[in-house]
Amino acid sequence: MYPAGFEYFAPTSVEEALSVLERYGDEAKVLAGGQSLIPLMKLRFASPRALVDLNRIEGLDGLYEDDGMLNVGALVRHKTCERSELLKSRYDVLADAAPQISDPIVRNLGTMAGSLAHADPQGDWGSALLAAGAQVQARGPGGTRTIPLDEFFVGPFTTALEPTEIVTWVQVPDPGLRAGGAYLKLERRVGDFATAAVGVHVSFTNGKVERAGIALTGVGPRNLRARAAEEALAGHELDDDAIAEAARLAAEAAEPQDDVRGSAEYKRNVVRVFTARGLRKAAERREER
Amino acid sequence: MTEIATEQAVYTRAVSVTVNGEARSAEIETRLLLVHFLRDTLGLTGTHIGCDTSSCGACTVLLDGIPAKSCTLFAVQADGRELTTVEGLMQDGQHHPIQDGFHEEHGLQCGFCTPGMMLTATALLAENPDPSEEEIRWAISGNICRCTGYKNIVKAVQHAAAAMKEGR
Repeated sequence: MYPAGFEYFAPTSVEEALSVLERYGDEAKVLAGGQSLIPLMKLRFASPRALVDLNRIEGLDGLYEDDGMLNVGALVRHKTCERSELLKSRYDVLADAAPQISDPIVRNLGTMAGSLAHADPQGDWGSALLAAGAQVQARGPGGTRTIPLDEFFVGPFTTALEPTEIVTWVQVPDPGLRAGGAYLKLERRVGDFATAAVGVHVSFTNGKVERAGIALTGVGPRNLRARAAEEALAGHELDDDAIAEAARLAAEAAEPQDDVRGSAEYKRNVVRVFTARGLRKAAERREER
Repeated sequence: MTEIATEQAVYTRAVSVTVNGEARSAEIETRLLLVHFLRDTLGLTGTHIGCDTSSCGACTVLLDGIPAKSCTLFAVQADGRELTTVEGLMQDGQHHPIQDGFHEEHGLQCGFCTPGMMLTATALLAENPDPSEEEIRWAISGNICRCTGYKNIVKAVQHAAAAMKEGR
C-alpha cells in the first residue's frame, strides 16, 4: 500500500517545525513515531500535503520530574516508558499501561505524545493519563499553552490542538507516596486494541480517598472518564462497598458497542470487573509504599 | 505577462544510509516505505512483506540496532542512520549464531517470518545475553509465525544465546 505523495520536512527545531505548519495549516501532519499515522496514510485515511518529521529535533526526548511534575517529551517512545524505573516507582497506571500498548517492536518507535495527538478512542495512553490527571503542553505560533487532557480529547481522532500547534510535552502531577494505580487491559492477542481497558489512579489522605481518577478505553467514542465513579469515591474509605459502587458507576459510564471484540454487554461487564480489580490493586500498591 | 513565482512541491529526496555496513545512497520518493527501499531500490529481498499493516513483524529490520517494522517507516526517516537486514547477519562467510540456532533447532517451516524473527532475536541477545523463555517469548511477541507454534523458535534463540556465551 502506497500513501499519496507528500513533501517531507525534517526540521531541527520546534520553531522550524512550526513554520512549516503555519505554511501548510491543516494540510500538514506531524510525524513522531509514525506507528498510527503511517498506517493511516497507507490506507489513505490521511493524505497530508506535508509531513513534518520531529525526529531530528533535539531536546524532546526527556523523561524526568521537575517541580512536582513528570515531564514526557514528544519523542519519548513507549519502550522508554516501559523501562523507566521512575514510572515503576510511583506512576503505577502509566507503568502498567506502557508494556500493554501494541507489541514490542511498535513500542520501539511509537510515542506517548503522538498517541495522544492521534486521539484514537482505543488508545491506552489516553485513559492511563486521564486517570493520572495529565495535561499536555502545546506549542504554536503564539507560544506555549497548557491543555488539561480532559479538554484535549474532543472526539474520535479529534483533539483541541490547532493545526499550527505541536504537542511538545505531556505532564503528569507527581502522585506522591500516598497513592496507587493500575491499568488493566483485556486484549485478544498481543498487538490488538483493547476489548476494554480501565485506568485507575487513587490518592489517599488520612485513610480516605482524596482523589480518584478512573478512565475507560475501547468503550466509547473517545477515552472516557468515569466521573460519577470518581466522585463517589472521593472522601470515602476504599472498602468493599465503595469499590463495588464505583465499579457499577464506571460500567454505567461506558458507552460500548457490539463488535468483533465482544458484545456491548460483555464489555460493560469487563469495565465493572476491571474497575474493582484496579481499585484493589491501587490500594495494595499504596500499602506497599 | 507577469511571472508569478510559485514554490514547486518536491516529492523526492536524496537519502544516504548504511545498510549492513555498506554506505548506500539514492534519490527516492518521500512516500517510499523503507521495506520497498530495501527490496526494490537496493535489491535486498531478504526483508519480507507480510501483512503490510505493522501487525506481523515479517518486515522487521534493525534501525540503529533497534527492531523496527520497515513497512511502517518511510525510507527518508532512515537518512543518515544504520540499518541491518537479514543479509547482514552473516559475517566473513560464517553464519551468525542466531542463524545456526534456527538451523539446528528447526526454528522455521515456511521461513517467511524468519528474517524478522532473527533480527528481533539478535537485538534481544545484544541487550540480554541470557534471556529466560518468558523474556524470549515477550521479545518476539510482535513477530507472528503461522507454522511453528513458536516452540522451536524459542529453542533457536536459546541455542544462539548458549553459543554466543561460549564465544562462538
